[in-house]
Amino acid sequence: MPDGDASGLTELYQELILDHYRRPRNQGSLEAYTRRVALANPTCGDELELDLLLDGDTIADVRFSGHGCSISQASASMMTQLIKGKKVAEARALAVRFNEMLHGSAEAARDKSLGEARALAGVAKFPVRVKCALLGWNALEESTRSQP
Amino acid sequence: MRDVRSDFPILHREVHGHRLVYLDSAATTQKPRQVIDAIVEYYSSLNANVHRGAYDLAVRATEAYEAVRAEVATFVGAPDPNGVIFVRGTTEAINLVASSLGRVRVQKGDTIVVTAMEHHSNLIPWQLLAEAREAHLVMVELTADWQIDLAGYRRALERSPKIVTFTHVSNVLGTINPVADLTRLAHDAGAVVLVDGAQAVPHMPVNVAALDADFYVFSGHKMLAPMGIGALIGKPALLDAMPPYQGGGEMIRTVHDTSATYAPLPHKFEAGTPNVEGAVGLGAAIRYLDALGMDEVAAHERALARYALERLATIDALTLYGPAGDRAGVVSFTLADIHPHDLATIVDSEGVAIRAGHHCAQPLMRRLDVAATARATFYVYNTREDVDALVAALEKARTLFGYAHA
Repeated sequence: MPDGDASGLTELYQELILDHYRRPRNQGSLEAYTRRVALANPTCGDELELDLLLDGDTIADVRFSGHGCSISQASASMMTQLIKGKKVAEARALAVRFNEMLHGSAEAARDKSLGEARALAGVAKFPVRVKCALLGWNALEESTRSQP
Repeated sequence: MRDVRSDFPILHREVHGHRLVYLDSAATTQKPRQVIDAIVEYYSSLNANVHRGAYDLAVRATEAYEAVRAEVATFVGAPDPNGVIFVRGTTEAINLVASSLGRVRVQKGDTIVVTAMEHHSNLIPWQLLAEAREAHLVMVELTADWQIDLAGYRRALERSPKIVTFTHVSNVLGTINPVADLTRLAHDAGAVVLVDGAQAVPHMPVNVAALDADFYVFSGHKMLAPMGIGALIGKPALLDAMPPYQGGGEMIRTVHDTSATYAPLPHKFEAGTPNVEGAVGLGAAIRYLDALGMDEVAAHERALARYALERLATIDALTLYGPAGDRAGVVSFTLADIHPHDLATIVDSEGVAIRAGHHCAQPLMRRLDVAATARATFYVYNTREDVDALVAALEKARTLFGYAHA
C-alpha cells in the first residue's frame, strides 16, 4: 500500500475478507429451520436473516441471506463456517470471544478457535464498522438466547 | 465566485493526516467565521429571553430575533414576515403542517399526494396523518430520467387531493423539480401545496411568492447556519385558519382555567422559548450568502457537479444516479461491487468525507434498485481539487478491492 497501511485499510480489506464477501459460504435460506432471526442496521440499511437448524443442542445446519457491506457479509459468512456442527453453547461462547476481539482484545485475536474470523480483528481500528462485523453474530445471539 | 475557503475554520483541520475534503453538505454544511462570530457575539452582548422582558437587553434580543424573521422573508421572497415561522428545521416544519393543517383539512377517505423522491422527513409525517385520518396516501412515480412523472402526477391530481407535497431538489438525485408548474397544477385541482426546500434554499435563488407554494420549508444548518433553526414559510391566511401545533408560553393571548386564546401570527406557532442563538446565526448566514450572490452560488455548484460527473464517468464500473441534464450539486454513485459503506471508509482514510447509505430515502433506493449509494455533495467552499481528491480516493478503493488501475 502507498501509505504502508498506517490506516489499517489493507488489513481491513484483506483477500480472505473480500473472498468471503464475494463468495459467501452458507448463503441462502433453509427450507426446514428451527430458528429464524432477521436483523437490520437501521443507520446504514444493512439487512441479514439467519436460519438455524438445531438437532438437540447442536447446530446441524445454518444459512444466512441479506445484503450489506463487505465487513457484514464476510463476517456472517465466516461465522456460519465456524458454528456449523457446534453445540449452541460453544457457538455462543465464540460470539462472546469474537465480540472481545472486535473491542480490541489482542488475546481474543490470537484465539485459534475463532478460525478465519480472526481476519476481522482489524475492524477494531474502525469503531463505526464494528456494528457491521457484529450483525451476523448478533443474529446468532438472538436466535439462540433461550437455548441451553 | 470568490474563494471562500479561508472563511471556514474547520476546512483547515486535517483528517487522517490529509486535508479535509468535505463533500457532505447536503447532510449539513460547515460554518463560516461570520456565523460563528455572530453566535459568540449574541451570547457575549445580547442574550436574554425574547418577547417578555421590559429591560433593555430583552428588548434588544427580541429585536435581533425579529429582524432575522424579516431577513428570512426577504431572502426567500415571502411577502409577509408574519408568515415566517421559526422551527427546529425542515422536519419540524413538515410535522407542524401535517399535524395542524391535517387536523382541519384531511378527513376519512381524502387523498394526500407525495412523490417517490421524498426524504423520509417529507413522507413519514404524511404517512402518520393518512393513518390517523384514514386517508389515502398516493405516491407519484418517477420517469426513467429521474424526474417526477407528470402524467402520473396529473392522474394523482384527478383524485382531488387535499394536500400535495414534493421536494424542490432531490437530496439523492439532484433533480430540480419544476415547482411553479407542479404547484399551479395542484392548485387547479384544489390542493394545498407544501414544498420541501431543504436542498434548494441553500443552493439557488428561491422566490416563494413566484412559486406560489402555500407552504415552503427549509433548515438553517444546510445553509451555513447552526443546527436547530429553520423556517416554515406559509401563506398567512392558511396559517391563521390552522389550529396551534404545540401549546405553551409565547403562543397565547389570554389563558383561562380551562381554555385559552392564541397569539396572532407568527407567535401562535412558536410555543416556548425559541432558538434565538440559531436565528441570529441564520441571519448571519443569509447575509453571507447574499453577499456571495445566490446566482453565483448556484452557478458554482452546478459547474462543480458537471466537473464531478465528467471525472467520475471516467472511472471503470462506476454507476451514476440522477438526471442526465441540469442538476443541483448532488452526485450519487456506486462503484463495481464495492459497497458504499466500504467506499466511505476508504475515501475517509484520504480525508474525503462522503455519505453512504439510503440517504433517508428508502422508497427511492428501491426504485434505483440499490440498497445504498455513495453521495458527494458540493457547496460554496468546494473546489475542483476536492473533486480530484475524491476521484483519487476512489481509485484507491478500486485497488484495495483488486481492480486494476484504469
